[in-house]
Amino acid sequence: MDLAIPAAMVADFERESAPPALSIEGVHKRFERFVALQHIDLQVRQGEMLCLLGPSGCGKTTLLRIIAGLEAQTGGRIVQNGRDISWLPPVKRDYGIVFQSYALFPNLTIAENVAYGLVNRSRGKAEIAARVEELLKLVGLPTSGPKYPGQLSGGQQQRIALARALATAPRLLLLDEPLSALDALERIRLRGEIRRLQQQLGVTTIMVTHDQEEALSMADRIVVMNHGVIEQIGSPHDIYERPATPFVADFVGKVNVLPAVALGGGRFRAGRLELQCAGDCGDHAPGTPVRLYLRPEDRVVEGALDGAPNRVRGRVSKVEFLGSSCMAEVRIDELDGLPMQMVFSLNQLHDLNVRVGAGLELALRSDRIRVFGAKDASQ
Amino acid sequence: MSATAATLPAARPRQLALSRDDLVARGVLLAVVAFLVLFLLAPMAAIFVRAVQDNDGNFVGLKHVVVTLTNPSLLQAAWNSIWVAGVVALISVPAAFVFAYALTRSCAPLRGTFRLIALIPLLAPSLLAAIAFIQWFGNQGIAKPLLTWFGISTIYGPLGMILSEVYNTFPHALMILITALTLADGRLYEAADSLGTSTLRKFFTITLPSCKYGLISAATVVFTYVVSDFGAPKVIGGNFNVLSVDVFTQVVGQQNFGRGAVVGLLLLIPSIVSFVIDHRVRRKLRAQLSARSVPYAPKPSRGFDLAMTAYCVLVCALLLAVVGMALWTSLIKLWPYDLTLTLRHYEFVLVDSDLAPAYTNSLKLGLYSAVFGSLTVFVGAYLIEKTRGLDVVRPLIHLLAMLSMAVPGLVLGLGYIMFFNHPANPLGFLYATMPILVLSIIVHYYTSSHLTAITALKAIDNEFEAVSASLKVPFYKTFFRVTLPVCLPSLLDIARYFFVVSMASLSGVVFLYSPDTVLASVAIMNLDEAGEIGPAAALASLIVLTSIAVCLVYAVATRVLLLKTQAWRSVARR
Repeated sequence: MDLAIPAAMVADFERESAPPALSIEGVHKRFERFVALQHIDLQVRQGEMLCLLGPSGCGKTTLLRIIAGLEAQTGGRIVQNGRDISWLPPVKRDYGIVFQSYALFPNLTIAENVAYGLVNRSRGKAEIAARVEELLKLVGLPTSGPKYPGQLSGGQQQRIALARALATAPRLLLLDEPLSALDALERIRLRGEIRRLQQQLGVTTIMVTHDQEEALSMADRIVVMNHGVIEQIGSPHDIYERPATPFVADFVGKVNVLPAVALGGGRFRAGRLELQCAGDCGDHAPGTPVRLYLRPEDRVVEGALDGAPNRVRGRVSKVEFLGSSCMAEVRIDELDGLPMQMVFSLNQLHDLNVRVGAGLELALRSDRIRVFGAKDASQ
Repeated sequence: MSATAATLPAARPRQLALSRDDLVARGVLLAVVAFLVLFLLAPMAAIFVRAVQDNDGNFVGLKHVVVTLTNPSLLQAAWNSIWVAGVVALISVPAAFVFAYALTRSCAPLRGTFRLIALIPLLAPSLLAAIAFIQWFGNQGIAKPLLTWFGISTIYGPLGMILSEVYNTFPHALMILITALTLADGRLYEAADSLGTSTLRKFFTITLPSCKYGLISAATVVFTYVVSDFGAPKVIGGNFNVLSVDVFTQVVGQQNFGRGAVVGLLLLIPSIVSFVIDHRVRRKLRAQLSARSVPYAPKPSRGFDLAMTAYCVLVCALLLAVVGMALWTSLIKLWPYDLTLTLRHYEFVLVDSDLAPAYTNSLKLGLYSAVFGSLTVFVGAYLIEKTRGLDVVRPLIHLLAMLSMAVPGLVLGLGYIMFFNHPANPLGFLYATMPILVLSIIVHYYTSSHLTAITALKAIDNEFEAVSASLKVPFYKTFFRVTLPVCLPSLLDIARYFFVVSMASLSGVVFLYSPDTVLASVAIMNLDEAGEIGPAAALASLIVLTSIAVCLVYAVATRVLLLKTQAWRSVARR
């Protein structure tokens, strides 16, 4: 995404200005006492990978199933490449789909599974065989044709499910939590592979996931949903660095929340501390209670400390080892011992002597502080 | 979540356009509903109507009800039905519980064999037990002196009924209790052991509470079975009148349809009550099952295992003594005067008598029911479970499928006469034909087959239909290419079940046969009435042997078939 090559930027620009691959206009899904989707407006660009991200019950799966025609919306329009598909049954829509459970036909061989949708389109046997071979090669399992799904690992099965969905060259690929049933290692491997395949084929893809790491690493754009409402649409960087709502800040990544009062002019009082906010700190009248959101890595330590604003002292009360890094709980003196989570690399851990009981001097990065009204944040 | 009902549109939500697939699915679904309405609901309604009409179809209000319910002989019959059923439940359920306990909680040897022997009563018509007990304890019975020694003058009456019904209901109770005991969570016992709990205390604090629902369910099933069974009381009941025999005599003997209808409704009461109890209990059982439990593994314990083995041997010997007596009776010339072995009785029922077609008719009924029953049930279950649309109709199928269990065969048969034999019914041509026998069997045994099919379908991935729709493959193609082959073992299981139950079934079909379609179970009853006990035993033995043969063929066939068509199962990893 950080491509600086002009050609790519042109391509990006063309993609953004081209008519959307899928346009969702005011779609809602209401039950008698429950609203699954409030009013969803969403444009999916040609060839992009869009992730629907949110906690369970946020409506992301419902939205995907509505796009697939597996559930009917109670209102709104869905337009795919200029064609209104709002009320078409699934067979009349143009998409391939991959489910969390793989849904491979257990009694058919891998080759038969991949060819399942091809056979129906009255193509020659040789042509089908060639296409199956091509697809199996594409997903990196060229020799698995005569095997049965039960003989493959979960990750391999999911690749076959992907090949089957892509076989008929649909213009839209729907992925419903495709990685959730896999173990951690396989999940990370397949993550990269799906992304590579998607970019190679340029197929417009919508993926549902509850795993923020998955969404951040795979998506062109992320749609964060909660309670049937879209909270924010943006690139992974946007979502992480500039969360639009407290919910997004909370749900994506870890965050420290400091209760504070606005003083005006981007200054806030938290405990005995007066904090300077240099980023986008919103418009809060002096005296308004607010919440300051700060990620664990958004602090300055030794070396860069001189002259930095928002300096605090604290005492380490807990260190959680995470492998390549550590999460330390630091009780901030100026905030009457309020604990804040601070992430340190292993090297920093040693260099700064971060251990339980040690004192620590640091500065909270003024450009990273996000400010939300106390009322919004307490939702 | 956040919006209230007031902000919602009142209009019915718009539906997706229907594809050809949807239309096919809905058409077949409606056909299944029509089938159940026509052959289950309508006959039941006919009974209600008939209960307030005279024989000419005039409305008489509650006359039959009042007359029937104030009739002392009928009240006596009702009381007899109830107390006999109660006694049977009190004997059968504890006996089956200990047996099930031995099979699931001890290390007794030959547990598989014990289980198979205990299930044999399922294969025989309920008449068989009654005939066997008459041979043992009847007026010329081998063990008659034993009866006299106890000071009992005759086996005919409540005693014979109770013995026969305990035999007949034993496997029904056993199957439920085995399931209940198998569901136990081994970790509870491990936890109790680590706390130093005594065996007795474990039994009363863990085992009994965990199969409480199983015990209730078994008791209600046994009770209902006995109240609505017709075969055993008919043969061994003597002058001891019970409701099921009463309704038969009223309708077939005296053409008294009004009283028959009222008694039929009376018979429905215990069934409905136990249906409701059973339904609630099953839900609780499912809740227990869904918890992630570790199966209990019994540890060897010599004394206990020995006692349990002894008990199983005793019970199996008693069960085999019953079916063995029937078999022996069928093979000797004339008890007690001429004990030479002969196949004369078999020749008589299969060739010489005018009852010769009975056995072949039963075979045909079994085959037709197996083929059409399994297909109907499976297709119905598939459409409910895996297709969408017609949301109003779906619960109806499920309800009707479950309701079939609550209707005793006798009452269903009664409903069939009143509905299909009605002069105004255009379906009247079905009456007294083979098709109506097949239909009544399918409807009567719908519930457990339906549940088997639903369980099998729930076990396969829910998204097959969604995937095939996205690949533009019609759902029925996926049904034939994937769903059916994957569920083949369950389908065959359902077919076997239909075959076996239709071979042994009597209470429903006794109202529906004609001389052309007389069935083996009916023929046994008629032979017994005519005093032809040898041929009756021969025919009963034939049914048991045929069902055993079919079960063996089924076992071999499924094994071969599975090897051939289910190669994907054996190669599965892990």
